[in-house]
Amino acid sequence: MKMETMYQEIILDHYRSPHHKGLREPYDAEVHHVNPTCGDEVTLRVRVADGVVEDVSYDSLGCSISQASTSVMTDLVMGKPVPDALATHDEFLTLMQSRGEGDPDEDVLEDAVAFVGVAKYPARIKCALLGWMAWKDATARAVAESADRPLTTEESA
Amino acid sequence: MTTFLGVPDLDVDRIRKDFPVLERVVHGDKRLVYLDNAATSQKPRQVLDALTDYYAEHNANVHRGIHVLAEEATALYEGARDKVASFVNAADRAEIVFTKNASESLNLAANVIGWSPSPRGLGSGDEVVITEMEHHSNIVPWQLVTQRTGATLKWFGLTDEGRLDLSEIDRVITERTKVVSFVLVSNILGTVNPPTEIVRRAREVGALVVVDASQAAPHMPLDVQALGADLVAFTGHKMCGPTGIGVLWGRKDLLDELPPFLGGGEMIEMVTMDSSTYAAVPHKFEAGTPPIAQAVGLGAAIDYLSAIGMDRIATHEHAIASYALDRLSAVEGLRIIGPTTTDDRAAAISFALADLHPHDVGQVLDDQGIAVRVGHHCARPVCQRFKVPATTRASFYLYSTMDEVDALVDGLEHVKRFFR
Repeated sequence: MKMETMYQEIILDHYRSPHHKGLREPYDAEVHHVNPTCGDEVTLRVRVADGVVEDVSYDSLGCSISQASTSVMTDLVMGKPVPDALATHDEFLTLMQSRGEGDPDEDVLEDAVAFVGVAKYPARIKCALLGWMAWKDATARAVAESADRPLTTEESA
Repeated sequence: MTTFLGVPDLDVDRIRKDFPVLERVVHGDKRLVYLDNAATSQKPRQVLDALTDYYAEHNANVHRGIHVLAEEATALYEGARDKVASFVNAADRAEIVFTKNASESLNLAANVIGWSPSPRGLGSGDEVVITEMEHHSNIVPWQLVTQRTGATLKWFGLTDEGRLDLSEIDRVITERTKVVSFVLVSNILGTVNPPTEIVRRAREVGALVVVDASQAAPHMPLDVQALGADLVAFTGHKMCGPTGIGVLWGRKDLLDELPPFLGGGEMIEMVTMDSSTYAAVPHKFEAGTPPIAQAVGLGAAIDYLSAIGMDRIATHEHAIASYALDRLSAVEGLRIIGPTTTDDRAAAISFALADLHPHDVGQVLDDQGIAVRVGHHCARPVCQRFKVPATTRASFYLYSTMDEVDALVDGLEHVKRFFR
């Protein structure tokens, strides 16, 4: 097993220059997830508008895999309807659980296909999933939040 | 053989031949450089043989049955207790309680002290004092017992150099303090703490002293009587023994007085449906079938270490630590978390490398065959204190060599190039 299968250049690029990093307003839900065994942390905000993931912003501390994965995730989910974004999440989760045998669909996962090598390293899978798990949690809360929100006259009309 | 500080050098080449796993190559053709000894040590053939021999020739349950194997197994298990007692200079073999690991030893200590009747036990207004450099296994049991009893948990903070800040010792340990529990050697900082001053103050206020010696027992002579503590915990697997065997040493009169921990077979004297009376120590604290083979393995590990000599092992590790501190300090961008000199310092060395995350450092070192530990080392408060999410830790043992220190330093340079 070659280590370079995990640290692909595309992953190192996202690590060196993460996309969409930094906490932004407005947002509907904010979550804080930690990886208790290694101390990686992410604070992540999600803004959902009209059923679309409008913004994902985050502040995080962690290894190259967790940082790059979170960066790639924001590229993939932002601008997508929530069900489509969740389907992408599921596709990535399946890839991570593939023990490195997965055959990822590049049309769906784009840069995230580079993480196929990470799935061969059991200790690092949770690094790759940290940001995605935080996003899923925050999105579920954002959706629940908007469902709880009393409808305005305009919306009910 | 040359000498260092008057103690003959170890024949490390010969010692290494006793440890089969040190022959391994990993990732194709990389010689294994095992620098994760603070997590667990490797095992010499002598220990592996003792385990095999026990199961192949003598396996039976202990303290029951009158057949040959039961007698042999009991003799081997109790023989291991004698070896541990002698290894730590216990006054009485009954002062050695076998547990499954140091965590269980410390949980046992915390719980039975907490459950004791007044005035020994814990209650509202009482205080337990620990330190900020404890392993989670000497933090969480005290959190649990103080939360349940209404007692207060306090702790000594750390200096920037990674030593206990004892400047306010008389205000931290007070007349209300019932227990002081501290780590003798930090698993993350490598600091060797000064027991004398802490024990003196604890005695002054009548507090019990509990010591976590998990990182001390494998690496230096440990004399529980000289230490002056009441209870001392350590584990077998960090000192060439198998996993699944820990030790709690306690002063005999104190162990006699403390209530039982786990209930079950072996720990009783007489059982009725209403109540029970308990066996004499140490059996009062050893409910159920104990880790027999593991105790026998620990006995073999103690024979192995004692034949080499704990003072010689300590001297060897001191020399390794000194060389490692020198070489690591010269790595650009590397910051040692913990004491930077060998004064009162053991050979577990944590560091941060530039702004690289320890997971990435550890992964690229592993690719070169170098095994280190990365993370918070079950001592998260220390990471918080030093404002790092985690550290990379290299920890050495009797079989470690200067060449392995060089391999680590070369490996770290490679890590830096890889992520540049």
